[in-house]
Amino acid sequence: MKHTLRQIFRSPNFVVGFSIFSLIILTVIIYPIFVPNPPLQIIAQGTFFEPGIYVNTYDSFNAPSYTLKLDGADSKRIASKLNDEDRLAMQEWLVGFGIPENEIDIHDTEALLNLWNTNFDPTKRFPGMTNADRNYFIRLNNSVQGLLSTDPAIIAVTDEETGSLVETDRVQQTDYINVSQVANVRILPLGTDNFGRDVLTELIAATRVSLLIGFVAGIVATLIGLILGLVSGYLGGLVDDVIMFITNLFTVIPSFVLLILISFSIGQDQRGAFTIAVVIGFTSWVWTARAVRSQVISLRNRDHVNLSKLSGHSIVYIIVNDILPYIASYVVMAFILQISSGILAEAGLSILGLGPRTTEVPTLGLMMNWAMIYQAHILGKWWAYFPVIVTIALIAFSMNLMNTGMDQVFNPTLRD
Amino acid sequence: MTLEKKLYLSAKGVSKVFGFGNQKTVAVDNVDLDLYEGEVVSIVGESGSGKTTLSKILLGLINQTEGDIYFQGVKRDISSHAKKREYWKNIQAIFQDPFSSYNTFNKIDTVLLDCINMRGGKYFPREKKIELMKEACSFVNLKFEELTNKYPFELSGGQMQRLMIARIFLLKPKILLADEPTSMIDACSRATILDELMHLRKEIGMTIIFITHDIGLAYYVSDKVCIMEKGRFVETGTADSVILTPHHAYTKRLINDVPKIHEEWDLTTV
Amino acid sequence: MANVMLEVNELSTKYITRFQEDVYAVDKVSIKVEEGKSLGIAGESGCGKSTLALSLMGYYFPPLHYMGGDIIINGNKISGLDPDHVRKTVLGKEIAYIPQAAMNALNPTRKIIHFIEDVILEHEMYVTKKDIYERAKKLFETLGLPPEVLQKYPVELSGGMKQRTVIAISVLLLPKVLIADEPSSALDVTSQKMVIKMMKHLMDAGFISSMIFITHELPLLYNVVDDIMVMYAGQIVEKGSSHEMVFDPIHPYSKGLMGSIIVPEEGLRDVKLTAIPGVPPNLKKPPSGCRFAERCKYVRPECRVTSVPLREAGDGRVYRCIIPETELRENYAREEQKK
Repeated sequence: MKHTLRQIFRSPNFVVGFSIFSLIILTVIIYPIFVPNPPLQIIAQGTFFEPGIYVNTYDSFNAPSYTLKLDGADSKRIASKLNDEDRLAMQEWLVGFGIPENEIDIHDTEALLNLWNTNFDPTKRFPGMTNADRNYFIRLNNSVQGLLSTDPAIIAVTDEETGSLVETDRVQQTDYINVSQVANVRILPLGTDNFGRDVLTELIAATRVSLLIGFVAGIVATLIGLILGLVSGYLGGLVDDVIMFITNLFTVIPSFVLLILISFSIGQDQRGAFTIAVVIGFTSWVWTARAVRSQVISLRNRDHVNLSKLSGHSIVYIIVNDILPYIASYVVMAFILQISSGILAEAGLSILGLGPRTTEVPTLGLMMNWAMIYQAHILGKWWAYFPVIVTIALIAFSMNLMNTGMDQVFNPTLRD
Repeated sequence: MTLEKKLYLSAKGVSKVFGFGNQKTVAVDNVDLDLYEGEVVSIVGESGSGKTTLSKILLGLINQTEGDIYFQGVKRDISSHAKKREYWKNIQAIFQDPFSSYNTFNKIDTVLLDCINMRGGKYFPREKKIELMKEACSFVNLKFEELTNKYPFELSGGQMQRLMIARIFLLKPKILLADEPTSMIDACSRATILDELMHLRKEIGMTIIFITHDIGLAYYVSDKVCIMEKGRFVETGTADSVILTPHHAYTKRLINDVPKIHEEWDLTTV
Repeated sequence: MANVMLEVNELSTKYITRFQEDVYAVDKVSIKVEEGKSLGIAGESGCGKSTLALSLMGYYFPPLHYMGGDIIINGNKISGLDPDHVRKTVLGKEIAYIPQAAMNALNPTRKIIHFIEDVILEHEMYVTKKDIYERAKKLFETLGLPPEVLQKYPVELSGGMKQRTVIAISVLLLPKVLIADEPSSALDVTSQKMVIKMMKHLMDAGFISSMIFITHELPLLYNVVDDIMVMYAGQIVEKGSSHEMVFDPIHPYSKGLMGSIIVPEEGLRDVKLTAIPGVPPNLKKPPSGCRFAERCKYVRPECRVTSVPLREAGDGRVYRCIIPETELRENYAREEQKK
């Protein structure tokens, strides 16, 4: 046993798979300790906030201000307001106005703005210029006004008695605050989803639930398959015929269709994560049962089983001691694959809207479902679905790697 | 001999049919066998002759389709687990392949302890159990100290098969069914196994059914030889009479086709 | 003096295991087989018989590796050549090898004639399938096999017939030396006899010039070959004519082997079978002295330290023991009397 374990951990496939998997498990366990926020709490008003660091604006006015004289700060600010499209439009107008094209450098923001401010005339029209174009240039002119101004912004509050604005503070363009001194900063590494929930927190909670679903489904499927396979393989005869009849029935009905039908008929109210897990397990035991049965049949005529019978051992003892250890490696491998396929089956069900009830827990499949319903993929809000896909892929990948690694150890003929 | 020998095991018209309809194969066909106390009886047959099926029927591992088996004059009853246990106290087996005869997940001690338990020694003190195991191992020239806490796959084939004999020594059955116990073992170790088997037979007065495909080996070890072809016994008799003066054509062919050393091996008669 | 067909000088090969350990399976083996003669190799399982057979082909693939020595077939050296070259020009033409359980190597989805086409088309370019069929039919008729076999699938043939077919295919290109590794051990006695008869016929009819026959069944070996070589732990321990080897072995190991022969003959029941206790040494670390020392009845202290060379005993007989031939014989005679 020890020897086998050591061999398994020498297989590179298994080690890589196991590392990825333990990393996922560790994250799922440790993250909630540091970020104890409830995963389904709606924090954002609005949908799909981009990933980033969110600093409270009100608190930042009250935070101590520092003056930093940094080169290029102005041009950076201007550049962030003036995009390439606007620059090209300005160039187009200026060329139309009569300035030679080679004198206009659209990358030199300050020179371009100066040229624009001195020359722009909203009443001027060139041949081929439509009214829409003219209005566009006027809008553009309005938006670039004040870009070059170095005046401070004024913060004022309304005087309750007179109703007039009273200046309380001035914010210079060289004023800075220290983010660590702002009372409220929220980092949203993966932004928010359609309901305004933190995607990362939700994703980790969903991974935990999905893994649990996978484990429960795997245990249910492996247990059913193992018991039926052992009994039908070892006893043979009528018992075998009956069990194989049921197994064949389950084989010919596509399990996913069965899964859909069962989860649909359970109804929305009954569909908790645990129920879904059991339903998935209940529909995927067939192959385990068949494989276990065929292995048991080849084992039951082995001499060591006969010898055990001759030593007067009972059927249960023989199954547990003389047959189970020989198929244990296979069962463990099947179990790992069942977990991964359980997670995938949950994702598949949830995308169809047949997953666990939506209000209680997030699962990876549900997150995909929500992202799909709110058209995150069309709107380009990648953070709502892409991390989920990566997580599912990583889980399935690591499980399959572990399975191949174990396969190479247990079936040495597959090596090389 | 004036003293009538006791009839231990007898089979009357035993048949075994596998499958049904068109795929019916008769593995054992109407076999009669009488086994007297202290005899060594060989069942000789080529592969597919049904000798292993017959041995499993005699052991009670599979049920015969037809016929009856009498143990010590009484019809054998193995309908329940308890009755089977009782039967298996009297009849035990050594199988062909020592490498597959052991559960590789159990230590060697387990194999021997099982036998002590079966002989009613379940509640013996530990020292007594160890003493019994030591005695059994030394009987087959193995050292218990070297075997304890080891797994079967750490032994050589010959050692494994000797451990099987040690197991029989502990169980002390009335009948031993040896199913090709030496065919997977090198010629050098074969003599040791046979010697120990015969020694054991003297020691505990055992009756042996020896199943083999090697007619020379059958001749060497047994008092009585039964030649089996396609599920039937074609010739039965004392070893000398069957091997040296065969009557049935199949027996003649079998003996003629085995390569010999002192006599000419006639290649023209194929 | 007859023409030497196969000459092997101090051939050594080893296996490299998955854990990069070396297993010295064949250690400085020298063989000489003359034209029209056959040599038998006997020994316990794991003594290097099958590895020697594999090594004699001159075609090595992992985990088997060539270490040194020469293989000369009919004057042409084949050892140390490019493996691809060996496969194309030597295998099948100069030397043919029938591995253990060769009959199970036939692809069950192809007819026998297809295997024959494969062999011939690999070596000859301008032949039609009809010619091949005619040639195969003629060969099968000469060897006493029914030509209908050619159009059958392997599963339709009995074990003995399959084995004889495999042997017939292996001599298609008329190799000079045939190496047969346990060609008859999985068969029943009658089929075994038919296979042996055919192999003898191959020698007599000139399909092959020499044969090396490997088996652990000594009575069979005695009846098939002219000379017997006994191997132990990768080395030759004794060689001599088959009659001498069976009835008058010199080396204690050969003596033990020959004493374990069982044949259904009168007087067998009075013979006391000999047994050799213990197990062969681990070839990962072969003992420095005599490899049989641990199991030998006549072991002396110097046996365990000095390596023992092969000694001549007249008439081409050799044995590997530091005790002289005469003294060993005296020991055997004394034991005989004790019984």
